[in-house]
Amino acid sequence: MKRLSRLRRHRAAGPLLLIFGLLTIGTTFQVASAVTNTTTANADRSALIEEGKQLFLKGCSSCHGLNAEGGVVAPSLIGVGAASVDFQVGTGRMPMADMSQQAVRKNVVYTPEEIHAMAVYVASLAPGPEVPGDELLNYERDGSIAEGGELFRTNCAMCHNFAGQGGALTQGKWAPSVMGVTPKHIYEAMITGPQSMPVFSDKTLTPEEKLSVIKWIKHAETEPQLGGVALGRVGPVTEGLLVWTLGIGMLIGVAVWLAMKAR
Amino acid sequence: MTARERIAGNVAGYVDDRVGAARYLKKSLKKVFPDHWSFLLGEIALYSFIILLVSGTFLTFWFDPSQREVIYDGEYAPLKGVEMSAAYASALDISFEVRGGLLMRQIHHWAALLFMVAIVVHLLRVYFTGAFRKPREFNWIIGIGLLTLGIVEGFLGYSLPDDLLSGTGIRIAEAIMQAIPVVGSYLSYFAFGGAFPGEAFIPRIYIVHVLILPGIFLALITVHLMLVWYQKHTQFPGPGRTEKNVVGYPLMPVYMAKAGGFFFIVFGVTAFLGAVASINPIWLYGPYTPGQVSAGSQPDWYMGWLDGLVRMAPPLESVIFGYTISWNILIPGLILPGIMFTLLALYPFIESWATGDKREHHLLDRPRNNPNRTAIGAMALTFTLVSLLNGGNDIIATTFDLSINQMMWFSRIGVLVLPPIAFIVTKRICLSLQRADRELVLHGRETGRLVRLPHGEFVEIHEPISPEKAWLLTSHEQLAPLELPEFDAAGVKRPQALKNKIRNRISRAATTAIPKATESERREIEHH
Amino acid sequence: MSNESKEIELIKDPGLPAHQHRRTDVDEKYAKIAERQVAILFMLSVAGTLLLIYSYIFIDTDTFIFIPIFGDQNAHQLFLGLGMAMALFFIGAGAIHWAKQLMSDEEVIAQRHEFRSDEVDRAEFVKTVKEGAAVAGLGRRPLIKRTLGLALGLSGLTPLLLLRDLGPLPGNEQKETSWKAGTRLVTDPGDRPIKASDLEVGAVAQTLPEIIGEDKHRKLSDIAKDAVLLIRLRPEDFNLDDERLSWTHEGIIAFSKICSHMGCAVALYEQQTKHLLCPCHQSTFDVTRAAKVIFGPAARPLPQLAVTVDSEGYLIAQAPFNEPVGPSFWGRSA
Repeated sequence: MKRLSRLRRHRAAGPLLLIFGLLTIGTTFQVASAVTNTTTANADRSALIEEGKQLFLKGCSSCHGLNAEGGVVAPSLIGVGAASVDFQVGTGRMPMADMSQQAVRKNVVYTPEEIHAMAVYVASLAPGPEVPGDELLNYERDGSIAEGGELFRTNCAMCHNFAGQGGALTQGKWAPSVMGVTPKHIYEAMITGPQSMPVFSDKTLTPEEKLSVIKWIKHAETEPQLGGVALGRVGPVTEGLLVWTLGIGMLIGVAVWLAMKAR
Repeated sequence: MTARERIAGNVAGYVDDRVGAARYLKKSLKKVFPDHWSFLLGEIALYSFIILLVSGTFLTFWFDPSQREVIYDGEYAPLKGVEMSAAYASALDISFEVRGGLLMRQIHHWAALLFMVAIVVHLLRVYFTGAFRKPREFNWIIGIGLLTLGIVEGFLGYSLPDDLLSGTGIRIAEAIMQAIPVVGSYLSYFAFGGAFPGEAFIPRIYIVHVLILPGIFLALITVHLMLVWYQKHTQFPGPGRTEKNVVGYPLMPVYMAKAGGFFFIVFGVTAFLGAVASINPIWLYGPYTPGQVSAGSQPDWYMGWLDGLVRMAPPLESVIFGYTISWNILIPGLILPGIMFTLLALYPFIESWATGDKREHHLLDRPRNNPNRTAIGAMALTFTLVSLLNGGNDIIATTFDLSINQMMWFSRIGVLVLPPIAFIVTKRICLSLQRADRELVLHGRETGRLVRLPHGEFVEIHEPISPEKAWLLTSHEQLAPLELPEFDAAGVKRPQALKNKIRNRISRAATTAIPKATESERREIEHH
Repeated sequence: MSNESKEIELIKDPGLPAHQHRRTDVDEKYAKIAERQVAILFMLSVAGTLLLIYSYIFIDTDTFIFIPIFGDQNAHQLFLGLGMAMALFFIGAGAIHWAKQLMSDEEVIAQRHEFRSDEVDRAEFVKTVKEGAAVAGLGRRPLIKRTLGLALGLSGLTPLLLLRDLGPLPGNEQKETSWKAGTRLVTDPGDRPIKASDLEVGAVAQTLPEIIGEDKHRKLSDIAKDAVLLIRLRPEDFNLDDERLSWTHEGIIAFSKICSHMGCAVALYEQQTKHLLCPCHQSTFDVTRAAKVIFGPAARPLPQLAVTVDSEGYLIAQAPFNEPVGPSFWGRSA
């Protein structure tokens, strides 16, 4: 038999061929999609919108409607602006997994590029709040911690609690903790008013004031415990719990030892 | 005689020449105190009070009880340049500029919380063991007075720093004041020196908090202790303990060492809490202004039940002839607590009326042996607990993913439905425990060892309990229900027939019990 | 059980149990160990005091130390407190251990005495009181008794009179705020006037009445009545009668921020449900129906401030509030 024929009939020929086929297809696909991504990075706006639209149709339209007009379970996205998309998708709130209560912060599903594309698409539908640029977000330079605290207590504490730990709303909803959120997302939340949160207009809470709020939040995040374990920074409820468990528990423990007969 | 003994003798003689102390001290140093851990709960309250006096005095050296406005220029950066009252600023200075200041502030506040916990736990011990019965009714009333004043003192204390959280509490107190019919607005304007918040309130409550109430406390606590000293402490029943004796250890040296040592323990534990656990972080709350409020605003725990009652109150308000009566504030804020504390204070008299028992008692009851009293106590506790939980309903909702609306409805219904259920369940449990005691006395302890008798029957060996244990389980007194006559000798109905009938009924409920085991019954069973 | 009328015999008191000696009573070795234990406890207290002194003097007030689980803690405060806690606790522990192990633990019996004075004493007491009263002669001299009562009673009233200046009489002050027709709404904080176009749909703003004049300083007592919450909805969201609708401007509606229940600041606005929630007692107000109470203990809606715009487009009040703001009081409607 000729050599080629013999090789073709080798035991390993089948598996090897299979592996070769898989590698070829896989690599081709990778290259093809990689080519698509780099194209996105350099593409013009209309291609971005198109990509965003495709992502939207695939992941969002089932609730928000094919034209983002909204539906029974989800509101219209026309006019919500790029900032809303960047906030909701960027904090993992969207796509919403559990529809029962409210959108919760969870693992982010999309890459930053994909979020950008979707944001541009939604922004193209109607004018709305824009994603704040890095220059606008320089809270270290432009904000004041003390002013931020005053603003937070006047505008935010009634929902989010004096230390930004969050609080209860009606019917099982809640205002989440504002700790561990990026400055950009905090800013976007203030200008888009996600779900139950109202909007804080730039005229009534100026951009500088918003930066002060962010600066205060960032300071509060990293402020060390000054008096001891913080007990959740929710006030007298946990303090009372501690006295009724550890406090009187330790004292009764000693009292029992005191009155016990020695061996 | 050693040198030390000689000097001590001289000093003692010097004092005795002038006051005759030896005559009194020779007896009192040998005074006997019974030893049980639950008798130390009142001591926790007493020592907490002393700690409050000591730590509080420290704080007064730096606190400025003035509401005049200042601009903060201290160490805590997030409040720099912020307008606030001098009281708040001085509290910040104590926390950040005075070494040990924050520690003392925290010790003071933890001691206040522990003071109230100890009072409540002590009250529960006294209640469930029936220690309030004759001759100790006055001491019970003094105790309820201390409880009530403690709640007020604590409220005033944490309101002094004039922070956002406590200021919100003062706003609510003012609303209760203002809601009082006819005189409410005048009371509020006189208390605050004008419209809320004004500038007079903090300086005025300062004097109440550091002088007037502590003075009243000192007087009441002194009388409270003197009565315990004079009437001698009660004791739990047991072998050798009777209504006519007290068994325990002498004041000197055992009780002095144990009680004195316990003072240091309480102080040490309070200091430990002050060291490791943050309490009342006023710098995070910010200064009080009526335009701000925090989510999850609660008073300290001992007022949480009041807040819970106010939260669950139905929105009832009437306008009669143009005058407003806010039932939604008056009922949960004044009327209901007033009734509760009055009933609490009068309970010893209510119980003695119900049982007809007017004798002295120095032996305590085991709670199971007075099922009615224990069940009433469980009922009251359930009511208070539901109210207390509702006071924290927003914190509970966010922690356990519940809805405040559902919690409110649970509390509104629960506060009416759960206490009677608690009463019934507790009474049944007490009676079951009495039955178990009876079984134990009559049939002995089940050993778990099985023996097969010659004729094939399996029996479990029961070990007779010790005479001490038998005594403990049967020494209690079982009152017979009252049988006040409704008809006189000629068969004519008496004028107070209905009152007597009601009292008989109540007394029957109050004296429900399983008859205790007797020696006669034991012997009968032995001969079985 | 037999039916004989036998005397029921109760179980007897076996008396105090025999005293059980402790190890330390019986064996001097254990007593010595206990003594050493007490000494160690007292020395731990000394260590605590030393830690306290060291922390006070040498640890800087802004030193922070990382404790696992609990995070960054202030070292000065922590060790000062732990030192104090140790110093105190171990004195107590030592004293108690000493009492338990080494002091006599033989139970002592003391007798209770009856409190009741005997009849002779009671009779003597009553006699003394009666004699004293007779000497005072109050019974025979009612004029003295009555005038004494009058004098004491009246003089007891004077302290109450002296307290009159604790505060002014409320008068009509509780019913008035700083809002008048034409007062501009300004931001809180910042004192900037607000144009209707400044607010997007779904926006809220904390506002106060503008102060005309040099002294822009506000008293807290004024803020306690003047604070107003501004909310913008879409006009079609409202469910109001014509009069209340005329108090709004292009979907902008204003309410007193002071809760009608007990006076907390109500500013928690749920944009989707259009409800206002007061965090103190969870009263819930429906903004679309002029802050009607839909849940919770509040009995009255929040007072609505009629707003419109002035010639420059800034939001102004049309008139003062039509009712007193804040919690209820007796003369509220009078």
